[in-house]
Amino acid sequence: MSFKEEALATPCLADLGRDEEGVVDRIDLPEDLAQRLMELGFVPGHAVQASHAAPGGDPRVFRVDGTEIALRRETARHIFLRQGGTRQA
Amino acid sequence: MSERRAGACHGGQAGTVVAPPPAGYRLVAIIGPPNCGKSTLFNRLTGLRQKIANFPGVTVEHHLGRVQFRGHYDVELVDLPGIYSLNPRSEDERVSHDVLHGRMAGLKKPDAVLLLLDSTSLSRHLTLAAPILSLGLPTLVLLNMADDLRARGGEIDTDALAEQLGAPVALVSAARGEGLEAVNEFLKGGIAVPRPVELPVLQDVPKCRQWAREVAQEAGYQHPAPPEWTRRLDAVFLHPLWGPLVFVFVVAMVFQTIFAGAQPLMDGVEAVVARSGAWLGGLMGETWYKSLLIDGVWSGVGSVVVFLPQIVLLFLFIALLEDSGYLARAALIADRTMARVGLQGKSFIPLLSAYACAVPAIMATRTIESRRDRIATILIAPFMTCSARLPVYTLIIAAFIPERAFLGPLLGTRAAAMLSLYVLGFAAAVLTAKILKSSVLQSERTPFVLEMPPYRMPTLQSVGLRLLDRAKAFLKRAGTVILGVSVVLWAMASVPMVDGKAPEIGHSLAGTLGRTLEPLIEPLGFNWKIGIGLVTSLAAREVIVGTLGTIYGMEPDKDAAGLQAALQKDLTFGGAVALLVFFAFAMQCMSTLAVVRRETGGWKWPAIQFTYMSVLAYVCAFAANRLFS
Repeated sequence: MSFKEEALATPCLADLGRDEEGVVDRIDLPEDLAQRLMELGFVPGHAVQASHAAPGGDPRVFRVDGTEIALRRETARHIFLRQGGTRQA
Repeated sequence: MSERRAGACHGGQAGTVVAPPPAGYRLVAIIGPPNCGKSTLFNRLTGLRQKIANFPGVTVEHHLGRVQFRGHYDVELVDLPGIYSLNPRSEDERVSHDVLHGRMAGLKKPDAVLLLLDSTSLSRHLTLAAPILSLGLPTLVLLNMADDLRARGGEIDTDALAEQLGAPVALVSAARGEGLEAVNEFLKGGIAVPRPVELPVLQDVPKCRQWAREVAQEAGYQHPAPPEWTRRLDAVFLHPLWGPLVFVFVVAMVFQTIFAGAQPLMDGVEAVVARSGAWLGGLMGETWYKSLLIDGVWSGVGSVVVFLPQIVLLFLFIALLEDSGYLARAALIADRTMARVGLQGKSFIPLLSAYACAVPAIMATRTIESRRDRIATILIAPFMTCSARLPVYTLIIAAFIPERAFLGPLLGTRAAAMLSLYVLGFAAAVLTAKILKSSVLQSERTPFVLEMPPYRMPTLQSVGLRLLDRAKAFLKRAGTVILGVSVVLWAMASVPMVDGKAPEIGHSLAGTLGRTLEPLIEPLGFNWKIGIGLVTSLAAREVIVGTLGTIYGMEPDKDAAGLQAALQKDLTFGGAVALLVFFAFAMQCMSTLAVVRRETGGWKWPAIQFTYMSVLAYVCAFAANRLFS
């Protein structure tokens, strides 16, 4: 199943649990959206920390660059993190 | 050049009258990212000397205001929408881009810029400085929330930052009015603008951010500690269990206030309108213009003004929720549920407001940045059971549905009927949203991105000015659109005159129109009298109650039972259900159409909305008449 494949593949923002931190590697979204997200702080090389979530775990708030931005899972799935960069903050 | 210099200039000029400096500014734009306190600064500087205007052809509105100085000409300020960059991608960005390049029709090019940034997230907000400064306009960089920065242990050297940016920099607190002398000095042309420095390539976001980061570092920027109160409050408001409970409590409170809380105030306004109308009528005697002014204009406009307390209360809540920062949390919690029908969290509060009145609800959609989501929310809002439908529902239900126990002693048949009408409207809204999002408004390009601002205490000035704004907009509509429609309806009911007096309603122009309509509405189970009601209720739904009262010669307030009995003679049960269904779906509200036109920047969407809702109402009323007869 693609679940397993995904787990083996590059970790993404949606994989982060509460209070876990990762470093953005790349954004796999259309140019416009990627630019918008980068303007908000999701820049390759920057640290992102997962925070509170709405009931059901989606959308989730992410702490980036001193601010908190909420993203839906469908968006967070396309923001990939550096391998092995995930850790408990 | 720097903040210190700005301060010194001000001190030197206190009390003296200065001639307009040759480099004085006439039109200055305020620009900044969302949530940086732009409106607060704008309100501080201009107070009540401001007006809202829409740019032609776009949904984004802008505020224009005047700053007055003694011994100096006024400076005009334009408050532009909050943006993260100047690349014209979203409508907000395009508007700001066009205004700053002097390409916006109806507005000349600003000759200076106030760039407002949040000093507590400077390394991020400074990114906007690059595109703004490279415009080459004289720019004062304002670092807002200075009090917050200090309290949370952050630091910035404004002189060093000014050096880095090649523009004067001042630390301010718009909410507290701190440091605004520098702004006034700048507006009067009293701050020298140094030569520009080299700026990074604008299209490359990572490079821009890198530049911003370095500039902030060079200027000795110390990031403030995380906002402790915000963290503490979020631990409750976004708690898996307490969060939704608080949310439900807040929603219930808003609901309770706009219904129960507003009722005495609305009754009060109604009484004032009725009494003053009677008093004025008494002064005029029995003349034709008394009939026009009192029966037409006064009661027509009055029937709309009655909703003012409800609208003001609703906006008080929205302003408090938005300014405090809770609205973003509510949107987060509501998002998943709203996503099921293809909408998003930010649509929740506008749709909730629509239960009071679609007009403020549609105005409240301004908080939704995605244009598609905003249009979808605007189009479905009028399906929510607004309070103008209640008098109609109450009358018909009381006349045709006997009161019996339905679900034990808790829910009677009448309450159940009322409840099912609420459900019917809601279902129509959900269905319409689904249809819209899978057809015309399909391709969703902006993702759901929601910034969680720190919690802040709402300021009286900001909330007060906003309420005043909305109340004025509402009354203006009542004074124009509704006034016009009232006069037309009165005229239709008053001609042709018989012996210099108004004819019986059946022989009037309105009556003729009702008879002409009869073949069209007969399949729904309505006769020509109901037809007249449908015509007059195009202005506002509740008008039909008064019209039916006039037709049957009974005052709805005094002789409710008589009116019900008269209706029972003219309508079958199927026809009554059809009438309820028709009112649940039809777009009988001039105010809503007028506000949709204003908010969407043209007649296209109101026309689509009117057609869609009318067809839906007709078809469903027809089906209901068949089903229940």
